[in-house]
Amino acid sequence: MSNYSSLLSLVPLLPFFSAVILLFSTLPKLWISILAVGSVASVALISLFFNFIFWQQSDFILTANLGTWIHIDQLTINFGLYLDALSLVMITIISGVGALIHLYSTGFMYEDPSFKRYFIYLNLFVSAMLFLVLADNLLLLYLGWEGVGLCSYLLIGFWYQDRSNNLAANKAFLMTRIGDTAMAIGLFLLFTHLGTLDIQEIQSKAHQTWSLSNNTIASICCLLLLGGAVGKSAQLPLQNWLPDAMAGPTPVSALIHAATMVTAGIYLIARNSQLFQLAPDVLYIIALIGTFTLLLGASAAMVQSDLKRILAYSTISQLGYMFLALGVGAGASAVFHLMTHAFFKALLFLSAGALIYCLHHEHNIFKMGGLFKKLPIVAVSFAIGCSALASLPFTSGFFSKELILEQVVASNHTGLWWAAVLGAFITAFYSARLFFVVFLGKTQSIPDAVPTKAMSLALGILCVFSLVGGIHPEGLKTLMPPLHSNGLSALHHWLPITLPFIAISLAWWMFKTKRFGKPINSTLLQSVHQLLKSGWAFDRLYQTVFVSPFKFLCQLNNRDIIDLFYRLIEKISCALHMVFSHFQNGNLRRYNASLILFCILAFAWYITGELTL
Amino acid sequence: MIPISWILFLSLSLFTIGIFGVLARRNLLFILISLELMLNAVVILFIAGSRYHSASIANSDGQIMYLLVLTLAASEIAVGLSLVIHMYRQHHHLDIDKLNTLRD
Repeated sequence: MSNYSSLLSLVPLLPFFSAVILLFSTLPKLWISILAVGSVASVALISLFFNFIFWQQSDFILTANLGTWIHIDQLTINFGLYLDALSLVMITIISGVGALIHLYSTGFMYEDPSFKRYFIYLNLFVSAMLFLVLADNLLLLYLGWEGVGLCSYLLIGFWYQDRSNNLAANKAFLMTRIGDTAMAIGLFLLFTHLGTLDIQEIQSKAHQTWSLSNNTIASICCLLLLGGAVGKSAQLPLQNWLPDAMAGPTPVSALIHAATMVTAGIYLIARNSQLFQLAPDVLYIIALIGTFTLLLGASAAMVQSDLKRILAYSTISQLGYMFLALGVGAGASAVFHLMTHAFFKALLFLSAGALIYCLHHEHNIFKMGGLFKKLPIVAVSFAIGCSALASLPFTSGFFSKELILEQVVASNHTGLWWAAVLGAFITAFYSARLFFVVFLGKTQSIPDAVPTKAMSLALGILCVFSLVGGIHPEGLKTLMPPLHSNGLSALHHWLPITLPFIAISLAWWMFKTKRFGKPINSTLLQSVHQLLKSGWAFDRLYQTVFVSPFKFLCQLNNRDIIDLFYRLIEKISCALHMVFSHFQNGNLRRYNASLILFCILAFAWYITGELTL
Repeated sequence: MIPISWILFLSLSLFTIGIFGVLARRNLLFILISLELMLNAVVILFIAGSRYHSASIANSDGQIMYLLVLTLAASEIAVGLSLVIHMYRQHHHLDIDKLNTLRD
């Protein structure tokens, strides 16, 4: 096992060292690519090897220690790594998808002058993300958590000359920071009450310390951790940073804002699932958040015209499904959906990136059209990605989404099930709309480039995964046992399967009658369209509720209200000074007069004192 | 023998005249002279006091005090006059109402 341990410690360190080497060296682009892609690809190989080793075992645990980070009295924090079925799935996704996206980026970013900077950030991101999922204590997890947040910020604002990109980066950073702060407080609270930050110890100690009936503190801790997860995974009410985060390069959107970083919240809750079991109310809140978010994301994705924003809202919606699954206690299916989503959403984003690459940074889908013959590879990948997103039967998305719906039924949340099914309908509808508008119909723009070989290779591999990636990881089932329903009714079984086809037919009919992208006549529909397009106007809400009052306060304080007190002191001193400066007027006779006057007064006072005695 | 009240009255008059001179005069030289007047008023009081309090004529405390004050007045006037001369050279007048450049 010790050999495996040293192999495990290589997993997060390889990309880190690669980033450091890139930072301090000047290499030609070819070598940068080899180093950056190679480091992540080796990690992918290592994780495949682990998958191979632990294929049969379901309760394996592999640990490694990279050293001590903090050692104070009773608190010892190690750089400890912990590999079980859950983190194995995660590192496989991160390194596998990460390696493909690195490979793809070598083609996509080749012309960019900051080629090296891009790969430093990307490698650093992969390393931080691996630390996040492998950490055996919450503080190291938090380090990775902040690390991925930092890299996300750096990569959203990668083209920093454009002011709007910087604003998007700031928005993403600040909004996730709200959640991170909640999470940090949660960590403090957990440490105060349980005296440890080790994740496994927390799970067991929590069950000893808190019971199901007396669990206020446990609920508060879970709520605070949930705050962090909500911020990172772009759920209600902290979801609106994600569409703006599309300002970054498209492979980054694929890696960070679709496949890996935004799933950190799901990982956090799945990792602490035993802790969350102590707080059923919080679990119900998670399910509600997930349901509302999936409806919000799906309905907003339905009306967008920017290619990447459609995918961003779709990501929010799919993350909502994972939260719903976590909330009904089906952590295994949440992680399963996380995995398939990582494949098909990365595929969709990379195909979108290829489209944008070939069409000179065109984002508006209504200016594309009829691209099927021009860009067949991209079109096929897009079709596969869209059908997996729409969960057509036998694609990877189908298995995971069906499983989630099944589990929702098993947990007896009928209302949530209907909402999730409605979401699935809308999802299929907007995926079909996206595909039809971009690839069918009249040709509107001629691509002037074709995807490079590296890009096509990455797309091809992801296509395969999106199609056949629906294999449920065995280890998850023992780690987080799925719920068992006593048989599904025909409605519960067949409705989710047939709905996507109805949605696609509807989209086809609307496409054929040219209803997409047409100006809307009715004012009511127009305002609904506006509301949906702005993502339920959350930006404006936050603008009025938080930003404007804050700006108003700043404006008020611009004149330093607090300083008025100190200025008052200054004024009083000045006034006193004015009074006393009359005595020092340079008039010698006046001095003499006052001298004599006070002498006489003092003498008079003395004499009256003598007399009364 | 002259009654003590007369001498007191003389001393007081001299002192008041001195004060009046210090307050009313604008020429620095006259203020110095008024100061001398006040000193002399005090010294007269010393001599009269020592004579009044002891019967013997040999008590000469007052006279000794007078010598001390005389020395003091001489040195004071030496310094004062040198300052006055210096000031006159600089400003070509000795009007203290105009010599107020050291005010706040």
